[in-house]
Amino acid sequence: MSTALATMETFDSFLQQELKKDLLRFTTAGSVDDGKSTLIGRLLHDAKGVYEDQLASVKKSKVNRSNGLIDFSLLTDGLRAEREQGITIDVAYRYFATARRRFIIADTPGHEQYTRNMATGASTANLAIILVDATKGLLPQTRRHSYIASLLGIPNVVAAINKMDLVDYREDVFSRLGQDFQELAAQLGIPTAICIPVSATEGDNIVDPSGKTPWYEGPTLLEYLETVPVHEAASVESLRFPVQLVIRPDSTFRGFAGQIVEGQVRVGDPIVALPSGKSTNVRSIVTFDGNLDFAGRGESVTLELADEIDISRGDMLVSPPKQPTASTSFAATLVWMSEKPLVVGQSYLAKHTTRSVKARVTDVRHRVNVNTLAHEAAVDLEMNSIAVVDVETSQPLLFDLYERSRSTGSFILIDPISNATVAAGMILEVGSGSTTPARHLDSRRVDSSESVTAVEKFERHGHGPALFLLPGAEIEAAERALFAAGFETIVLRGDLLRREHFFQVFELLYSAGFVVLAAADAMDTKIRREIQQERAERTVFDVSSGADELSSSELNLRVLTNARSLRLGTHAEKGE
Amino acid sequence: MSQITTEEIESRDRGDAGLLVSAAHAARLSHLRKLEAESIYILREAVAEFSHPVMMYSIGKDSSVMLRLAQKAFHPGKIPFPLLHIDTSYKFPEMIAFRDAHAKEVGAQLIVHRNEKALQAGANPFTLGTQKCCGLLKTKSLLDALTEGGFNAAFGGARRDEEKSRAKERIYSFRDSHGQWDPKNQRPELWNLFNSRIDKSESIRVFPLSNWTELDVWLYILAESIPIVPLYYAKEREVVLRNGSLVVIHDRSELQFGEEARLVKCRMRSLGCVPCTGAIRSEADTLPKIIEEMISFRRSERENRAIDHDEEGSMELKKREGYF
Repeated sequence: MSTALATMETFDSFLQQELKKDLLRFTTAGSVDDGKSTLIGRLLHDAKGVYEDQLASVKKSKVNRSNGLIDFSLLTDGLRAEREQGITIDVAYRYFATARRRFIIADTPGHEQYTRNMATGASTANLAIILVDATKGLLPQTRRHSYIASLLGIPNVVAAINKMDLVDYREDVFSRLGQDFQELAAQLGIPTAICIPVSATEGDNIVDPSGKTPWYEGPTLLEYLETVPVHEAASVESLRFPVQLVIRPDSTFRGFAGQIVEGQVRVGDPIVALPSGKSTNVRSIVTFDGNLDFAGRGESVTLELADEIDISRGDMLVSPPKQPTASTSFAATLVWMSEKPLVVGQSYLAKHTTRSVKARVTDVRHRVNVNTLAHEAAVDLEMNSIAVVDVETSQPLLFDLYERSRSTGSFILIDPISNATVAAGMILEVGSGSTTPARHLDSRRVDSSESVTAVEKFERHGHGPALFLLPGAEIEAAERALFAAGFETIVLRGDLLRREHFFQVFELLYSAGFVVLAAADAMDTKIRREIQQERAERTVFDVSSGADELSSSELNLRVLTNARSLRLGTHAEKGE
Repeated sequence: MSQITTEEIESRDRGDAGLLVSAAHAARLSHLRKLEAESIYILREAVAEFSHPVMMYSIGKDSSVMLRLAQKAFHPGKIPFPLLHIDTSYKFPEMIAFRDAHAKEVGAQLIVHRNEKALQAGANPFTLGTQKCCGLLKTKSLLDALTEGGFNAAFGGARRDEEKSRAKERIYSFRDSHGQWDPKNQRPELWNLFNSRIDKSESIRVFPLSNWTELDVWLYILAESIPIVPLYYAKEREVVLRNGSLVVIHDRSELQFGEEARLVKCRMRSLGCVPCTGAIRSEADTLPKIIEEMISFRRSERENRAIDHDEEGSMELKKREGYF
C-alpha cells in the first residue's frame, strides 16, 4: 500500500481510488501440511499487509517450525492452543488491501473433523483457494474441499499447486495436477476453476511472476485475486426484501427496515407483502442521508409503503412477478455441525432470512461421502456429515432455491434445548408437501356423503401400510425410529402373536394405513408361515432374518430404508 | 447488481455524504458502502432479537463510527438502546468531555459505570500490573454494569484486524453467565444468519465492525465527517518516554522517579487509559494527514497499547475472562 501511495499524485486522487475499491471475500482450504497458513502469511507479507511490529513478535516467538528466518504460518495462526499444536483450529478472518482491491480472507482448517469450519468460511466467500501439495497430488481432502466450495455456491475456485520448489518446478507435474483438478471441477459443476503453480515458502508466483516457471504464462495468485470479477451474477432479478424490523418513531411514520438481498427497488414500484399476499406501492426509500429514488442489491434501507398493511419482522416484500416459493416443505442439503447427531423427526428451530420457525427433518434421503462423493444410506447424521434431507416447517418459509440465491435459499438449524447452531442448510427443491394434512383437505373437493376410502387415509398419513417382522429385543428402538421419521406405528405383542385372530386385528390396522411391528421370535410358527404367503398381497418386511449380525443402528437403517418406499409422493415415484 | 443508470447515480449525489456517494456509485457498491450496509444489518438484527441491548461506548474512533451507524440503522427513529461507558477513572480528560457532549448531541441515553469498590481500594496499573488492573476496572466493571442493567446483548466496536484472537471471534460472540468467551466452543456463523438464542443470564457481544479495518474506519470518518476526540490529532504535548512508549503527562505528579517531561508533537493512534496508552510522534493534525500517515505506517495500531503485550496471547486471556 505504501507503494500505491507513492505513485499517487495527490491525496485526493488516492482518496478517490480508495473509495472506489471493491471487496473480494475469499476462503482458503488445504490439508494440515499443504502449507496453507504459510501461503496466506506470504500473501499478507508480500502484499505489504503485514506490519513491522507484528513481524517482530513472530521473530520473538518460541516456536518456529519452518526452516527459514520467518515462519509465515505464525502470522495467521491465532489462538494459544493452535500455536502449541501447530494447527489452525477455527475460522480466522484476515484483511488486506492492494491498490486495486480490498480483501477479506476466511482462513479455515483443512483436517477432516472441521468440515463445518470450511462450510462457515465458504458461506460468505466469492472465491476459494484450494491448496494442492505438488509432491502428493490430489488427495481425498482436495476433493472434499472442492466439493464443499461447490456446495456452498462459490463461483470461482483456484487450485494453488504448492511446493513446486520440491518438484524442481517441473511443468509436467503441474500439467498433470492441473488436468486432474479441471476434471474434478467439471464433475462438481464449478463455473470457473484455474490452477496456479506456486511455492509459498519461496514466494514463487504469489505476487510476482517466478523466473523458475518460465513455462507458466498465467497470472500470479495476487494478480488473479485482484482482477477476478467479484460480483455474482444475480439470478433472482426481482426484489427480495426480508423485513428486519418496523421503525415507528411517531404516529406519522411507519417504515420497514431491511437489506435488499436480491433485486432492486424504486419509488412507486408495486410490491407484494408475503406471506399475506397484500399489494401496495413503495412510497419512499428512506435513509439517514436522505431519501433515495432507487436502491439496489446489498443496500440497507427503510421502505415506506403507500397503504397501511400489517407487516412485521419475518415478512418479505417482493416484486409481483417471479415471487419466491412459500412452502412448509422442501428438500435441502444439510451440513451437520453439532456433536449431537441429527434426530429425524425432532423439533429444531430454523432461521431463514429474518424468519424463525419450528422445523423437523422428516427423512434423510442419503448422506454424501465427502471424499468419494458417493451417496450412502443413513439414519442419522454425525458431526461434519453432509446429507440431502426432507424438511418440514411449522410456518411457510419464503424461499428461492440456493442455486438461485444464497440469501433466500439458505437457513440454519438451532437446537431449541442447547441453543447450539447444529446445521447449515441449502434449499435444493420444493417439497411434495404430501404430508401436510391441511393441504390435502384443501386440494380436493370431498363429497361429504362418500365414505372415506383407504387411499384417503393413506394420503393423510403420507405413507401406505406395512408389516415389519423384527427381533423382539429391537422392536422398541425400531418403532421409535419409524415414529420419529413421521410414520404412524403400532406394535402387536404378547398372546396376540399366537392366536388366529392376529389376522383380524392386523387387517384392521393395515387397512387404516398403520405400519405394524411384530416380534418374529415371539410369533407362532403357523401364523408366521401364513404371513409369508400373504407377502404377495400385503407389504411385509421381514427384518428378523440375519439380524443377529447387525448392530441396532444398522437394523434401524434397514427398517427406515424399507419404510421409505411406503411414502407417497415424489420419492416413491422416483424409485429411490 | 443489475443495470443502474447514470441518472440514478447522479440523483444520489447528495451534499452531506457527497464524497462517498459520488465515488461509490460507479455502478456498484464500493467496499465501504458494503461494510456500512452489513453493519446496519447487524445492528438491526440484534435490536430486533434481543430484549435488552446496550452499546459499549469507549469514546474512541471505532465507537464514533459505530454510533453513526446506529443513527443510520434506526433513522428516522432514535437510537433504541443506551450507551454504556466503562470509566476506569484513568481516561484522558479530553475523552470524558467529548463523551458527554457527543452523547447529548446524538440524543442517546448514556450510562457511566465505575468499579468504585476497586478504585477505593486503590486499584491502579502501577502496583497491580496491567493484567490485574484491566481485570478489575474494565472486565469486572463491565460485567457488573451488564448484570445491573439486565443487558443481554452488548454492541462492541472491536474489529477483527486489530489483534490475532479477535480475528477468530464471531460477529455474535456468545458469553456464558460469567461473561466468558470460549474460543473452542463458538457457534458456527454462516451467511448472515445469526443465532441469537440464549438462556437467562447468558449474553451475546455483537460486533458490527468485525469486518472493518483501521483504514476503513478513517476513510469513513473522513467521508462522513464524523466527530472524533481531539487526541487523535497531532499537537505538542508533554510526554515522557516509558518502556519504549511515549506517555502523555497531564500533571507533574504522574512523573516517576528520575523522569523528565518534554514537549513532543504527537498524537494517539488508539485511545485507552492514560498510563497504558502511548502516543506516537506525528505531524498529522488533519484527517487526510492521519490517513496518509496511517498508510505509510509499518506499525500496527495496537502496538502502543501495553495491555496486549504483557504476555504472549494476553488479549485472548482477557477475552476468555469476559473482556471485549
